[in-house]
Amino acid sequence: MTGLRALNLKLVRDLRRLWAQSLAVALVMACGVATLVLAVGAYRSLDETRAAYYERFRFGDVFASAVQAPKAVASAIAAIDGVAAVETRIVKLALLDIEGMREPATGLAISIPEGRDPAVNGVFLRQGRMPEASRSNEVAVNSNFAEAHGFGIGSEFKAVFGGAKTTLTIVGIGLSPEYVYALGPGDMMPDNRRFGVIWMPEKTLAALFDLDGAFNSVSLRLLRNANQALVIERLDTLLKRYGGTGAIARKDQLSNSFLDGELTQLSGMAKIIPPIFLLVSAFLIDMIFSRLIALEREQIGLLKALGYGRAAVAWHYLKLVLVIAVAGIAIGAAAGTWLGSGMTRMYAELYSFPFLIFSRDPGVYLIAAGITFAAAVLGALQAMRAAFSLPAAVAMRPPAPTAYRRVLTGTLERLHIFSQLTIMALRHLVRHPLRSFLTAMGVAFAVSLFAIAMGTIASIDFMIDAVFFRTDRQDASLIFASARPADALATVRRLPGVLEAEPYLVQPVRITNGQYSRQLQITGKPSSTDLSRVLGLDLRPITLPESGLALGDRVAEILHVRAGDLVRVEMLDGSRRIAEVPVTQVIQSYLGLAVVMNIDALARLAGTGPRISGVDVAIDRDRLSDLYRAVKDTPQVSAVALQTVARDRFQDTMRQNMVVMLSVYLTLSVIIAFGVVYNSARIQLSERANELATLRVLGFRRAEVSNVLFIEIGVIVAVAQPVGWAIGSLFGNFITQSLATDLFRVPLVFGKEIYAMSSLVVLAAALVSAMIVRRRIDRFDLVRVLKTRE
Amino acid sequence: MPDPLFDIRGLTKVYRTGNVEVQALRGVDATLYEGELAVMLGPSGSGKSTLLNILGGLDIATAGSVMFRDRDLAKYSEREFTLFRRDHVGFVFQFYNLIPSLTAKENVALVTEISRNPMPPAEALELVGLKERIDHFPAELSGGEQQRVAIARAIAKRPEVLLCDEPTGALDSETGILVLEALVSANRNLATTTAIITHNSAIGAIADRVLYFSDGRIEKTTVNAQRLQPSQVSW
Repeated sequence: MTGLRALNLKLVRDLRRLWAQSLAVALVMACGVATLVLAVGAYRSLDETRAAYYERFRFGDVFASAVQAPKAVASAIAAIDGVAAVETRIVKLALLDIEGMREPATGLAISIPEGRDPAVNGVFLRQGRMPEASRSNEVAVNSNFAEAHGFGIGSEFKAVFGGAKTTLTIVGIGLSPEYVYALGPGDMMPDNRRFGVIWMPEKTLAALFDLDGAFNSVSLRLLRNANQALVIERLDTLLKRYGGTGAIARKDQLSNSFLDGELTQLSGMAKIIPPIFLLVSAFLIDMIFSRLIALEREQIGLLKALGYGRAAVAWHYLKLVLVIAVAGIAIGAAAGTWLGSGMTRMYAELYSFPFLIFSRDPGVYLIAAGITFAAAVLGALQAMRAAFSLPAAVAMRPPAPTAYRRVLTGTLERLHIFSQLTIMALRHLVRHPLRSFLTAMGVAFAVSLFAIAMGTIASIDFMIDAVFFRTDRQDASLIFASARPADALATVRRLPGVLEAEPYLVQPVRITNGQYSRQLQITGKPSSTDLSRVLGLDLRPITLPESGLALGDRVAEILHVRAGDLVRVEMLDGSRRIAEVPVTQVIQSYLGLAVVMNIDALARLAGTGPRISGVDVAIDRDRLSDLYRAVKDTPQVSAVALQTVARDRFQDTMRQNMVVMLSVYLTLSVIIAFGVVYNSARIQLSERANELATLRVLGFRRAEVSNVLFIEIGVIVAVAQPVGWAIGSLFGNFITQSLATDLFRVPLVFGKEIYAMSSLVVLAAALVSAMIVRRRIDRFDLVRVLKTRE
Repeated sequence: MPDPLFDIRGLTKVYRTGNVEVQALRGVDATLYEGELAVMLGPSGSGKSTLLNILGGLDIATAGSVMFRDRDLAKYSEREFTLFRRDHVGFVFQFYNLIPSLTAKENVALVTEISRNPMPPAEALELVGLKERIDHFPAELSGGEQQRVAIARAIAKRPEVLLCDEPTGALDSETGILVLEALVSANRNLATTTAIITHNSAIGAIADRVLYFSDGRIEKTTVNAQRLQPSQVSW
């Protein structure tokens, strides 16, 4: 009993002596725990909240739209095998005129059935009630929009529906699973001020848009075992003659697919980052313990000789590891919870859920703690194995002197360019190849983590530049309620403040190449444009040929098409014309599925006269208010995409997120670099104290002596840099590829400045840790060091 | 009478650890002359190692003075001590203190690279009878060979003084004699002032003078009329 107490005393003293190294390891562990708790916790919060929300509010499985279909078709749709529920509705864009807001906002008006809840896509009412069918000016709006404008029950705003301006009164504030991520036209992220969802009685909308007894949108819920692809095919067939533009599955639904992207990111984070930290901490524990046990080899032999069993001695050392792990887990769990709560708050701003709290499921913490303990014990056991298998008598004798080899069988030495001090450092380096390798890997991970963060930011910056400054350079796009004759362009040109105007035409089509087929839109543009440009793969603007399609790289990939191939194009609205069209060029596109062609050629292909769907404009900023006022009074315009506003907002948000992201990754990198370099230097110092003191006795200066240590660390850190860059760009590639969707693709940008910056950060952390160790060399007690035999 | 190399007056050293004071030297007066071989004898804790460390610039006295020729070591800065060790002193320790990652020749070269007038490493190793083993790592050498490499390393810079702390302490007598022979030959051939610390009184016979230490003081000093060869002593 007293023996155990004595051992515990030794434990406390060991910890006091090793506190700095233990803390460094605990912090590395804490990073692993924190990122795991954060990623898994946030993933679960988002995933479970979403699943529950979708389930309770009957989020659709399949969505389709048409120009105008009779409501009678609904029963035919319901009869499709596998369909559980059908809801037909009218969905239309409307221009909103809100008091106190200069620029026009866009509303998405959605009809609600009379006297019942929608069978699909229910509305969660936060306040008030749903509008009554008999009162045509009553609406419910989504809560983020209401919040952004300070709207409450009874608030009013104006909307332009199909040319008629109406005043609407809010009677309900709610949210819908369909618009968790509520993205307005032309936006890259939700702007709750400029985009709102408006629920209105079906009767009112039908009257406004002349759609009595008809619908233009349908959502289905499927039975559990339904064949989704088959349902989509049948639905498309049924809606074909009514201008059906192709049904989509839930996974392609805009809001849902953004959530999927976020979840993919979180699960990627959970899979990549925590393992790095836990592996590194296992290695650090192994390194520290190997050294501790080497130093205490004789004591271990003595304890065994005194009659302590192997298990008792092992348990004594394991307790030290467990104390470190407990510290790491506690710090990590606290940090992870704090970061997770912050992340959830950010989600709450970005996504609209009825509730969203950071999951503090004990399971997540238990898993994190379990994995961390496992990593720590693994590292310790690996270190203990050798010492413990020795018989007590052998363990009590000092180990045999370390045997060294020449570097590269003496080639390096024969060059006579290195001093003996450098040769010492290099031989020590190759004496422990595994340890040197793992240390380098630890440093490389630090480099790669920061490089990934910087790379992500650079990639987004690049995309912002490519999208907003090279491609969509217009200040705004005016979107017509339906395609209008080409002379509408002249009307827009006459609006106040319009400096330049370029028309565009959107045509829903199905493009087929053999077995590959996709429903999408062709955008028609004038051959040569200055605002909304078309970029070649080299990011240079191109001139569209008189005919033929320019396909975005993603579309070309999906359809397995190259420039020069012929594809079949089927018009999806009205005419249903089919034509074989040549692909003239593959173009660069980061957003959506871009297919572009000359606007007149597109009109001819569709079999209509010259028409335009909207106009891209450049605006005189001084006359913005005049233009906004005029647009609000232009009945043909159903929505306005304000690219300038969207861009500024996107950049602002990105900038904020980047600061957070960079600080988090910077902390992670610095902790890992510091933990690895500091521990490695301390271990070396402990192993070589005798050698270094001897050098001092022989008359070497402090700086020269420290250099022996620094050369070795320097070589390791230097070798780690390119490895870190490679790992960083590899991970970066993996991340961008796993995040690429039809909606959104971020190109990987990994430039010289990223390599330089990430290396600089890690080198600084390494230098600081080396300097701390250097102070110990400077304070060597030469006499004492020389008296101890090693 | 040769000139004094070290002149030691009233040297006192007190170690303080917490509240405990240990008086390692209690006013030592002594002189080491140029070219002599002095053996310092005494039980452990008698102060001989402390004196050696102060002479070598590894430790600083609490009181008293140590003149190295005409310079007062007590006034040396950390940097001056480093240069003093580099240029004037050769050390030999009980546990050899070789650099395990350097071969015998490289261990010697370590010092010759920073000395002003060194002999070639191979020559130093030849002086201690290790010509054949110059490319071996310490782990490949016996204890006696390692100690002789340490002596070669100490003498290669042609130091004014060779300070040896229990150079044979970890060796059997046969090997110990080989090591002593190397020291004696360095003392003779290079005229290096040599101080050897030992608690083995038999070794005193190879010295010019023997200084007897006890409880922090020099109890007595004897002069050998005739020095014995190391091979003539045994223990």
